[in-house]
Amino acid sequence: MSQLQNELSQHRFVVTTEIAPPKGVDLSAALAKARSLQGITAVNVTDNQGANMRLSPLVLAARMLEAGIDPILQLTCRDRNRLALQSDLLGAAALGIENVLLLSGDHMRFGDHPQGRAVFDLDSVQLLQAVAHLNQGWDMAGRKLQGTPSFFAGAAVSPAAEPFELMFQKYRKKVEGGARFFQTQAVFAEDKLHRFMEAARPVGVPVLLGVLLLKNAAVARFLNANIPGVQVPPELVDRLEQAADPLTEGVAIARRQVALAREICQGVHIMSLGHEELIPAMLA
Amino acid sequence: MIISQQKNREELLHNLEGKKRLFLVGCGACATACKSGGEEEVFQLQEWLASVGREVTGSVIIDEACHIMRAARDLRHHRDAVAEADALVVLACGAGVQSISTNTDKRVIAGLDSLFLGNIRRLGQYEEKCSLCGECILNETAGICPVTTCAKGLLNGPCGGMEEGRCEADREVDCAWHSIYERLKKQGRQGVFARPVPPKNWGKLRKPGRLKLG
Repeated sequence: MSQLQNELSQHRFVVTTEIAPPKGVDLSAALAKARSLQGITAVNVTDNQGANMRLSPLVLAARMLEAGIDPILQLTCRDRNRLALQSDLLGAAALGIENVLLLSGDHMRFGDHPQGRAVFDLDSVQLLQAVAHLNQGWDMAGRKLQGTPSFFAGAAVSPAAEPFELMFQKYRKKVEGGARFFQTQAVFAEDKLHRFMEAARPVGVPVLLGVLLLKNAAVARFLNANIPGVQVPPELVDRLEQAADPLTEGVAIARRQVALAREICQGVHIMSLGHEELIPAMLA
Repeated sequence: MIISQQKNREELLHNLEGKKRLFLVGCGACATACKSGGEEEVFQLQEWLASVGREVTGSVIIDEACHIMRAARDLRHHRDAVAEADALVVLACGAGVQSISTNTDKRVIAGLDSLFLGNIRRLGQYEEKCSLCGECILNETAGICPVTTCAKGLLNGPCGGMEEGRCEADREVDCAWHSIYERLKKQGRQGVFARPVPPKNWGKLRKPGRLKLG
């Protein structure tokens, strides 16, 4: 059982963060960063995040596991068809990786290869189902596997998305598909988080609140303009604008969200935008 | 209807290299409606070719250039002009181009890029609604195709990029899943939201497609 699954099953408040593989073959910086993390349960390894090409997350996740860090392998439907997805999943299992986060993937047009052809042979719900099949010892075609993986499968959700009911339908399908934990997109509107958690609580699947460090007002405005599903309310943008030290203000905002998560969620997923050293302060 | 547009003249000129005499083919159906390969466009092409020192041996607008036998018949009617030409320039969709190349051993130069199967909003405004995927789920999606109108072709609801009912990939465009949701709600049905939709059977899309009736 992975550390993440173990701690969630014991109802301990978990903390995850994420590391992107390098664009290149030198893993030393990513591994050093992963080793330096304090107070973290598991670390997501992103998969061509934002549709920008990088080293295979499977490789970095395997190396992190060797270094004693519990990885969460992200896998998107954008870049692989159902053969490649299952094949990579079996490879991950053979290397000892158990946590997976299954995603549709950002659209190609945001990335550094906008002329490429996206795949989307499966969607995230179907990929969750495929993982559930693999866990039972069968591939999607109904063929028996030689050795059965035991994945702890997670999914993403955007609690602040509108209309709420439409977003929640998809969330429910992901639960039915086999999602055992959720990591959320960054949520800054507390009322929307409360509404989501009230509806999600009876479902009983752990939710890790996405906490994104707002480094300054410019970052907040950039997120509002460019990152799908993230909205920073104007009052927070103003606070950052007027702060003597915006980074300290950003940490304070993150700390408040972590505190809220401790009350109503089962953990946090911290996106520190290159400031891993501030994670302990965000958790304090 | 197949939506097409003309390649730019520079690219066309590159393809015409070494070809002095040309026979022109247009299409009376889709390319005419798209103003990419009707009578007017064939005439304009002829004028432009003259301006770049080419000779046009003749031209024809085929009723539906995709009709292989009809293309054969029309080319036969212009046998001499075709014989005189070094190449044929075809202003029709890719299907039309291949009707022509099926019926002649001469070099065939495509003058258009074929874009999609389009619905007509009004003449000159076309929208892709169907991708001919071979497995319709329109009955469960209130007549809105997510395979085509969702930027990712998702089958189980919107992606995390939906914002206020708009698409992640283009904020000017409605999220297909939002539209499906709204219309199903008006109809008082759950439709596609009632079940997890299994992975699509792309095997139903026989490639290359073929259908022979009777």
